[in-house]
Amino acid sequence: MADQSTPQATEEQILYAKLLNGGMLVGLLGLIVTFAIYGTGILKPKIPLEQVQNYWVMPVNEYLEKSGVHAGWAWITNLNYGDMLNFLPIALLSAITILCYVAIIPGLLRKGDRIYAVLAVIEVLVLVLAASGILGSGGH
Amino acid sequence: MSLAGRVMVLLLAFTVPLALMGVAFAEEPVSMPENSGHAWWFWPLVLFILCFVLGVFAVLAGVGGGVLFVPIVSGFLPFHLDFVRGAGLIVALAGALAAGPGLLRKGMADLRLALPVALIASSCAIVGAMMGLALPTAVIQTLLGATICGIVIIMMKAKKSEYPEVKEPDKLSQTLRIMGVYYEPTRKENINWQIHRTPVGLALFVVIGVMAGMFGLGAGWANVPVLNLVMGAPIKISVATSKFLLSITDTSAAWIYLNNGAVLPLMVVPSVVGIMLGSFVGVRLLAITKPAVIRILVIVVLGLAGLKALQKGLSSFM
Repeated sequence: MADQSTPQATEEQILYAKLLNGGMLVGLLGLIVTFAIYGTGILKPKIPLEQVQNYWVMPVNEYLEKSGVHAGWAWITNLNYGDMLNFLPIALLSAITILCYVAIIPGLLRKGDRIYAVLAVIEVLVLVLAASGILGSGGH
Repeated sequence: MSLAGRVMVLLLAFTVPLALMGVAFAEEPVSMPENSGHAWWFWPLVLFILCFVLGVFAVLAGVGGGVLFVPIVSGFLPFHLDFVRGAGLIVALAGALAAGPGLLRKGMADLRLALPVALIASSCAIVGAMMGLALPTAVIQTLLGATICGIVIIMMKAKKSEYPEVKEPDKLSQTLRIMGVYYEPTRKENINWQIHRTPVGLALFVVIGVMAGMFGLGAGWANVPVLNLVMGAPIKISVATSKFLLSITDTSAAWIYLNNGAVLPLMVVPSVVGIMLGSFVGVRLLAITKPAVIRILVIVVLGLAGLKALQKGLSSFM
């Protein structure tokens, strides 16, 4: 008879999974709610809905130039616009992993698992660097 | 006709006109100074329906939604490749985030295996995303086409090993203590596993990370063979860890696209919702369809999308 009681997931995995699940549900729900606000016009969008199709055929640099939309974290100061509000759940979905990594670091250190604690810290730094907007692109 | 057959016909009835309509519009000039004449919800609805179909087929064919999304949407719909890659990353990310918790809890996705690999893949995905946004579209389109053709070959030829034989773990995996045990219900026993050739595997994840970021593709098609065939992880651990890995790799690349303005909610939300609903339906259809036939169909469609991307990219140089 197989022993199904064998521990199959470590303490860190369970913690990581719990946070990931919560963040993912909030993010996906937020995505639907903010899109409904955007689509129904409850909040006026920065780019009128009818005009978006004129921009998504362009390269991103041309879109930014012609639409007047600022890249990076500028959306956070424009949350009163329906389209910009959608970036909130998108950013949450993109940030959950960082939170999960931060959460498991103390447990790894407590166990004396220094190598993995260091790996987790470096991963957090890499993801924060990507999220920061410091890394621009050269553009087309 | 069986229920599965009828559903398939229905899905194809949706897909074919969409693809044909997309081809017609994709031939239009890239820059459109005025409104293209459709109601604002037209293309998001097309995207939603197409992604729903892709979600169903992705599950049935055992491939990630992200790898189908970028070539098919960029090949047959009028969106610029920059925004398609941005949306593709969020689609792949959302799918990975949804699957991750369950896979981690069951012990199928392994954190000790994923952490070192993810660090390399996510760092390189940032480089790939920056390169992808900096290089001319024609170059990226051509490279994407070539990559998709390569993926088609991998999908046709790649073997898998249920329980690869790892006689002795390498020093690096021993130092990192990458090993584990999981319960295999089909054998009704606990399976112990360990890995080898870790440095080679990690080096391959440099390439995988760059490609994932550059093309906005989920990288399950590459993750699984490397984890399974190169590093020797059992296939179930490889598939689950690969899915979980995408949540980290795609996170770093998604931030680059997001911060560069290449993410449009009007494209992202219908795509994410469509592909997720399609996945739910796909899981239910899995029991009553023939996955082998669907897999061939998906490989053919993916191959056509790859050739279309190649043609679009190369025609820009002529």
